[in-house]
Amino acid sequence: MTDRLAPTYRLAPIDTSTFADERAAAGTGVDGGGDFTVIGSVVQRSDARGHVTGRTEFFEDVAPARLAHLKMHRSDRHHARILDVDLSEALAVPGVLRILTHADIPNNLYTPLKLIGVGPDDEPILAVDKVRYLGEPICAVVAETEAAALEGAARVRVAYEDLPPVFDVEEALKEGAPLVNEYHGQNHFIYEGHHCRRIRFGDVEAAFARADHVFEWRYQSAPIEQAPAETTGCVVVPQADGRLRIHSDTQACFFTLDNTALILETPFNKLRIVGGTVGGGFGGKVDVVVEPVACVAAMATDRPVKFVYDRAEEMQVSSPRAAERIYIKDAVMADGRIIGRKVTLYVDAGAYARHTPYGTTKAAAHLPGPYSIPNVWADCHCVFTNRTPSSAMRGFGVTIADFALESQMDRIARALDLDPLRLRLLNAYRDGDLKAHRKVAEGTALVEVIQKAAEMAGHELPEAYRRMSSTTREGL
Amino acid sequence: MPSQIVSLVVNGERREFIAVPGATLLASLRESLGLTAAKRGCAQGACGTCTVLVDGRPEVACLVAVETVAGREVRTLEGVAAGGELDEVQSAFVDCFATQCGFCTAGMIMVAEALLERDPDPSEEDVVEAISGNVCRCTGYRPIVIAILEAARRRRAKSPQEEAVAR
Repeated sequence: MTDRLAPTYRLAPIDTSTFADERAAAGTGVDGGGDFTVIGSVVQRSDARGHVTGRTEFFEDVAPARLAHLKMHRSDRHHARILDVDLSEALAVPGVLRILTHADIPNNLYTPLKLIGVGPDDEPILAVDKVRYLGEPICAVVAETEAAALEGAARVRVAYEDLPPVFDVEEALKEGAPLVNEYHGQNHFIYEGHHCRRIRFGDVEAAFARADHVFEWRYQSAPIEQAPAETTGCVVVPQADGRLRIHSDTQACFFTLDNTALILETPFNKLRIVGGTVGGGFGGKVDVVVEPVACVAAMATDRPVKFVYDRAEEMQVSSPRAAERIYIKDAVMADGRIIGRKVTLYVDAGAYARHTPYGTTKAAAHLPGPYSIPNVWADCHCVFTNRTPSSAMRGFGVTIADFALESQMDRIARALDLDPLRLRLLNAYRDGDLKAHRKVAEGTALVEVIQKAAEMAGHELPEAYRRMSSTTREGL
Repeated sequence: MPSQIVSLVVNGERREFIAVPGATLLASLRESLGLTAAKRGCAQGACGTCTVLVDGRPEVACLVAVETVAGREVRTLEGVAAGGELDEVQSAFVDCFATQCGFCTAGMIMVAEALLERDPDPSEEDVVEAISGNVCRCTGYRPIVIAILEAARRRRAKSPQEEAVAR
């Protein structure tokens, strides 16, 4: 036995008897005999047999005859005007069938959330006169083989005139910053006429004036790539009846179908998506980035076309979790009660909106955390920069806000020499509390979760804290 | 450089096909032989999703030029389930919830097969070492390690009986 994995690292299968008492008490589950409940019982995954035999069919496992390959020529600038695109050398590569530019895309400008009324259209499928981030697609080379498509893509010549880039959310919002995205007209998304998503509840300035302590800290996260084992891609197969069959690893089949139909300016029933088998997604396969251009390529060549990211593209251009910068300023009384919280939050959308206006709204909806604070002020900005467009990733908008909020709670506890769990119990929301968004909290269970966690971790709580409940404000 | 005819023994069967110059073992299996269980995750030898056994040793098929293994024995996940019956590693992966998206599964199982062939009673550390070249992004490694240890246990429990039958 080696030292590095010594004794504490002994694995045991998950113990399904953990909640046996709860199951028995509820009279359900395998022991309780209810026919329609599976809670507490072991239910096998329906797809496991396919996975362990290699029979699960992922999109790249389909191999239609006469398959052509698509590779993208991408921007090697962060922010530049396109002066000229020369395809002559690329077209001369043996095996190159066709090179698509923006002029080939029926409806080249889109934004994925237009399906739920979010606008404006702000992103070209293929760049028109400008590139706004490193790796932005400019033209799509379709060829007989992957090697020919790669060589063709490498031989596209683009003449640029560099523009000053901006990479920092606060820099981007300053007067005189380079304009990233002309379709928005300014470097932030506009929410119903407002420059950001806002919360105004009570009077935070008055709270700061009467607080025993005021704490202000800054939190910053980097973009995070989902890095699924299977890269983003699709195979589009033209059908005899004129429809296109799209084999895709998208996480959002219908969302992709509808957006692709809008981009192709085609009725929805001309497209069929075969999907649902995703080799890891984690939010990274929600954008509609490969299907539309692959569909155009399949129509233009009347051949099946595969467009799949290589690993480098997956890391460089697939949209990550957004970087965020968060300032939290709290008004705190000597006993630990937080009476005011002011949050200024910036989400880096990168060059295009994608799902980030929604993620920013989620961040705002999550503030000020699961605590009842009588005075709350928040400005949540969705900011455009010349970085890779960000989008969905597991709890986007919420996860980084939680990192900041809970770090803030720990720092306050440390500064006031308070137990961090007691600080949270003191401030935790209770059923019936009015939240900062003017919604009444219901079904809150934070108090009980903290109590249970404390018990499991062997963290002693005084009797008064053990008696607290989510359903009452008694004992506060 | 012209294409050439390459011959491999794949899952016990001799297979011949035409390989273009530079064709990898992975591309040959997937595109020339229609064996798609091995996956292309990174095409740079970093993720292990394409792992197959060459003469019993795990290899990342995306980095192997196919002509360099001409004539050798290649085993893929398709060759593991004899007659549709799951073997101990496969059934343990199912029972221990060691799969989620399924994309790393083929590589994990092939690495496990090679390990158990070599060592029927591996320690937890041996299992961790064996799968250290295989990336899983969903399930996490814990259920996979448990499944491989469980497979070893099942195989050891089965062996004496089988030997008795064989005798």
